[in-house]
Amino acid sequence: MHHFEFPPAQLPEDAQALRAEVRAFLAETIATRTPLERAQSWIGFDADFSRRMGERGWIAMTWPKAYGGHERTALHRYVVLEEMLAAGAPVAAHWIADRQSGPTLLRYGSAAQRADILPRIATGQCFFCIGMSEPGSGSDLAAARTRAEPVEGGYRVSGTKLWTTYAHEAHYMILLARTAPGERHEGLSQFLVDMKTPGITVRPIVDIAGAHHFNEVHFEDVFLPADSILGNPGDGWKQVMGELAFERSGPERFLSSFTLLKELVRVLADDPREAAQEAVGRLVAHLIVLRRLSTSVAGMLQAGQDPQLDAAVVKDLGALFEQEIPEIARRLVSGEPSLASTSSFLNVLAYTTLNAPSFSLRGGTREILRGIIARGLGLR
Amino acid sequence: MDDQNTDDLNSLVAQTASRLFGDHMTHALSAAAEEGAFPAGFWTAAEEAGLTLAMVPEAAGGVGLGAEGCAAIIRLAGAHAVPLPLAETMLANRLLVAGGRELGEGILTFAATSGSLSLRREGAGWRLSGVAARVPYGRNAQSLVVVGEEDGAGRLACVPLSAGTLTPGENIAREPRDDVAFDLLLEADAVTQSPFGPAEAERMGAAVRAIALAGALDTVLELTATYVGERVQFGRTLSKFQAVQQQVAILATQTAAAGGAAGLAAQALGEGLAFAPIAAAKVRAGEAAGIAAGIAHQMHGAMGFSYEHQLHFLTKRLWAWREEFGNEAVWSRRLGADVLRRGADDLWPFIAAA
Repeated sequence: MHHFEFPPAQLPEDAQALRAEVRAFLAETIATRTPLERAQSWIGFDADFSRRMGERGWIAMTWPKAYGGHERTALHRYVVLEEMLAAGAPVAAHWIADRQSGPTLLRYGSAAQRADILPRIATGQCFFCIGMSEPGSGSDLAAARTRAEPVEGGYRVSGTKLWTTYAHEAHYMILLARTAPGERHEGLSQFLVDMKTPGITVRPIVDIAGAHHFNEVHFEDVFLPADSILGNPGDGWKQVMGELAFERSGPERFLSSFTLLKELVRVLADDPREAAQEAVGRLVAHLIVLRRLSTSVAGMLQAGQDPQLDAAVVKDLGALFEQEIPEIARRLVSGEPSLASTSSFLNVLAYTTLNAPSFSLRGGTREILRGIIARGLGLR
Repeated sequence: MDDQNTDDLNSLVAQTASRLFGDHMTHALSAAAEEGAFPAGFWTAAEEAGLTLAMVPEAAGGVGLGAEGCAAIIRLAGAHAVPLPLAETMLANRLLVAGGRELGEGILTFAATSGSLSLRREGAGWRLSGVAARVPYGRNAQSLVVVGEEDGAGRLACVPLSAGTLTPGENIAREPRDDVAFDLLLEADAVTQSPFGPAEAERMGAAVRAIALAGALDTVLELTATYVGERVQFGRTLSKFQAVQQQVAILATQTAAAGGAAGLAAQALGEGLAFAPIAAAKVRAGEAAGIAAGIAHQMHGAMGFSYEHQLHFLTKRLWAWREEFGNEAVWSRRLGADVLRRGADDLWPFIAAA
């Protein structure tokens, strides 16, 4: 049976200085950002902000210098990420490229792909979207039906991707498509796709909060040159599973509702009610422990281990925590949530309540994660 | 000692403890302990293995394990539901040495002044009076280390249990938790200065219980995962049912959370007994305990509800230890009051520093 260890990760000695540097940068660059804007967390998009992060060397932090990276540790990167998220900085533009597309290219990309793309990601000027989900393929990713048919000089792609966050802003997509017939996990491949390629249509999908982050991306006989394949033909499934592991244990998995917790503390101020103290104290206790688990996974990644199971645990606990915050906050403060409210607490409460259902869907649903954990325990 | 030697020593002691606990723990021993039979042979073996001196530096005659090594012993003792005052004796010895005293003899336990128990100057000496409430293994211990304070500075006394009047009690796991009433005049030099006051002693207690909870949860998860893999109903093992898989996965996440909490507690136990990590650890491990005990029993069905099964020795400890040295409500309130006093803009710096 897998034994969960979560050894402590020592933050590097210069982490404190780095943290101070990031805080000073944020105090200067996002001072006017309202709590409601900050509540968007890693969905907040600002290309200019991403470029400035790139200038500071806070994107591609762990990558080789040869590709524009900075060769710092996963824990240095962790410090920057958690400071950004805790402050509600608009990190969405570069987030996916930095977190998973870049590392996937580093691992599987051709020399030409790496040389072309990675330095541009590192400057904060090249954005990615994820081409995994489809209308008929959500949790069951292996049911992907988008086809990339081998043709003279490349592939011809037909199909539809769905829930593609910021496809309308991204320069590239890493696309999962079927290149050969086969059972489920077989015959899938990944492609590096320039979003300007003729035949790609991006249609907005508005979410329950009335916001547009998602898209449907339609491929109509799109020709992709042979060198756009990413990694080995047929290895798509294996590569995608590796990519998802980057996605599951970071601080974004428990800090999505942090702005609400902060605004809750602000409105409660020195509230003498024991119920208020107890509720806030409990949430803070959960947060301190989650951070401990999550930094531990960052330490395992730094040590070259493959903490897929541990990452699934962090994501499951993190999503529960993020979803609990609005439910607890609403009972401690009177007033009704509304995006139009002039009260920061109430508009952030509305925003977080509306977005909370997505926390246990994106990046692997709660049920999928628990299935992974059960498998790790030897149950299936 | 360098890091490598420390790691080696920690792992050696953990192996020793694990073997010792495995060799001695049986259903019969656990059951007898519940009926009040103290396993004296087991205690002697643990003492001879040096476990009770783990927190005392080598220079003071101890074993000088780091916080991680001590935590490993406490977690293993929790995992085996060991019915011995190991953590209490370890802590009492640490308190004695920190207070400039000789190591204690035999079984030790400790109490902090609070409510009805006080340690005050009287004439040329000190008076210890009131009731030390729910003292772990009071009936078995030779000496009680009392941690008090005077003008905010720690004070320490070590008195024989025989000098008090003991009213036996027990926790829900039937571990001895005795009330001991004192009215003693102590010589001036019987009370020494201590770097730790009652608040620190309480934090030590909370930290070791959080660590022990994580240990008990390790075993609860293992028993449950094993059981659902063996028990067949409707022609399949329980582990093949998705409803069961999802529940055991939740149990695993709670066990992992308690493990993280134990890590925080261990670090604080070694480095200055910081308030926030210990509060967070006791709250989180305590909450995990309740959720996990419920799932473990549900998954074990009626089998796990029988006295004959070993599950209850662990789940009863989960229910007992989450209450001791402050339960989730107590530590949440303290943590929340502190956070609210600091204000919203200090929330993240406070968390990042914990």
